[in-house]
Amino acid sequence: MAPFDLTSLGFIPYALVFGAIGFGFGAALEMGGFGDTRKLAGQFYFQDMTVLKVMFTGIIVAAVLVALATSYGLLDMNRVFVNPTYLWPGIVGGLIMGVGFVIGGFCPGTSLVAASTLKVDGMFFLLGALGGVWLFGETVSSFQGFWLSSYMGRFTLPEWLGLPVGVTVLLVVLMALLLFWAGDLAQQVFGQKRPWAEVRRVPGPRSLAFAGTLVAASMVLVVHGQPDPESKFARMGPELRRSVEERAIFVDPAEVVALRKDIGVQVAILDLRDERDFNLFHVGGSRRASLSDLESPERLKLLVDQPPTTVTFVVGSGEAGALTAWRRLTALGVPNLYVVEGGINRWLERYPVDACVAERVGRADAKDVPAWRFLYATGSSQPAAWPELEASRSFRSPCGEVASAEHGGGVHARSWPAATYTKRVKLKSKAAVKGGCG
Amino acid sequence: MSASREPRPYVNPFVAGTLLGVVLFLSIFITGGGLGASAGMSRVQTGFLDLLAPAHVDRVAYFAEMAGGSRNPWLHYSIYMLVGTVLGGFVSGLWNRRVKLETRKGPRISVHARWGLALLGGLIMGYGARMARGCTSGQALSGGAVLSVGSWAFAMAIFASAYAVAWFFRRLWT
Repeated sequence: MAPFDLTSLGFIPYALVFGAIGFGFGAALEMGGFGDTRKLAGQFYFQDMTVLKVMFTGIIVAAVLVALATSYGLLDMNRVFVNPTYLWPGIVGGLIMGVGFVIGGFCPGTSLVAASTLKVDGMFFLLGALGGVWLFGETVSSFQGFWLSSYMGRFTLPEWLGLPVGVTVLLVVLMALLLFWAGDLAQQVFGQKRPWAEVRRVPGPRSLAFAGTLVAASMVLVVHGQPDPESKFARMGPELRRSVEERAIFVDPAEVVALRKDIGVQVAILDLRDERDFNLFHVGGSRRASLSDLESPERLKLLVDQPPTTVTFVVGSGEAGALTAWRRLTALGVPNLYVVEGGINRWLERYPVDACVAERVGRADAKDVPAWRFLYATGSSQPAAWPELEASRSFRSPCGEVASAEHGGGVHARSWPAATYTKRVKLKSKAAVKGGCG
Repeated sequence: MSASREPRPYVNPFVAGTLLGVVLFLSIFITGGGLGASAGMSRVQTGFLDLLAPAHVDRVAYFAEMAGGSRNPWLHYSIYMLVGTVLGGFVSGLWNRRVKLETRKGPRISVHARWGLALLGGLIMGYGARMARGCTSGQALSGGAVLSVGSWAFAMAIFASAYAVAWFFRRLWT
């Protein structure tokens, strides 16, 4: 599934891929007339609508193709860089650039193309732009607070509008087409000063065919929708399936405990069992969550945006439910996600509770059936809920006697048996094969 | 013979836009990110600054991120893309007979005034592009295609601002 990890290609092919993309970019801009400053500036005097048309056609064609590729499971959107939203710095930067555009007659990309075709004004603009980025680097520290403000992370139009991706793309396409039509009218009325009666109001047949194609493609998106997590997971490539088969995503409870001691790592445990089982016993600090809760947009965003030092575990009574959750959440882009091996059943086998609290009623195998029957709800009050705490050894025993660390070796002065396990957790900083215009 | 030396006309904007959209899609599909120009420029500038004043680069956090210590600002995908963009523009210009040393300007201003204003406009544009974390291509085009809210707000801000100030600078262009 695309996008591809290009860093494994080696230096030369890596550079060539980006060079080739840049080549296409430069050629497309040049062919559209973006090397000519009069064509660019003419946009703002209603003389020439090239900028509007080329730019927004580029955006909507790419948006439709990207959404089609994700819709048919060819592209994993979670690994695509989406420019993070810093709302106000972006808007202020845009306002500044608008002024620069009218004064200088280019934007950075088009000045490259102008300079490459030996337009002297393009070269001067390019020189100025290099000065501008330098000046920004020198001064940004004085308004760092503003520059980092109104951060909304990865925030897309479908999330903002609460609409499916296909519908959003359709709306964007319709908006752009309307803009092209209005632009043509404005050009005729304000630029060419035609009387209203002589203004050509109906686009030509080729423009209509072009518009029809884009709308039809967007309709396909609306109807086909985006893949559900399970079918997306199935397409995400053999490495992930192998990591399930080779059990690389199942983490021994002892490793979870070791990570909880590690101050460099935050551990989050999501307990998928029902409320009754959760109240009877759960790992200290874990949160109960159903899979459908976790897949709601708000909860999912929190999980996806976690700092790269957070490891998230899903746990059930056994492994089956947790594995389903792992597959779906992985397909939805949750990073550093693992399953607690053997679930709570294995946990209690490794960190047992006293016989007067719970009795064993079944085998601790992979099935999602509790293997212990608790006589009363213990929540996270059992030592087994906090095995990483040294003090948990001398918790007051519920079976009547007080455990004491001083009388080491006494019946209740437990220390958890040392466990041997294979380390499975590998922290990955998520995202993106590469950054964007950063 | 002279007719064959004439530059060819620009292609239809919708055709050019579709081409641009396909290139942008391929970039996103293959590399996981869109197009850009100002990031590459920022690195070129930092790279030169690193040659002239490496200690200064190390002290300013914004530059140090790209070229501090042993970091090499030149080995970055945005630079390769920048080189490709210049080559692509040049080859297309050559093919269409538009490579010519000349200055394009409005009818009412002198060539030197155009150069000075291009320099000034570039300065403002470069500054704004880094403020907005991307230029028209890196933010508006690439972010717009992946439906980023901030990128759409940015694109509208550029157009709004340019239309708002256009009247004051009409002497430059009309």
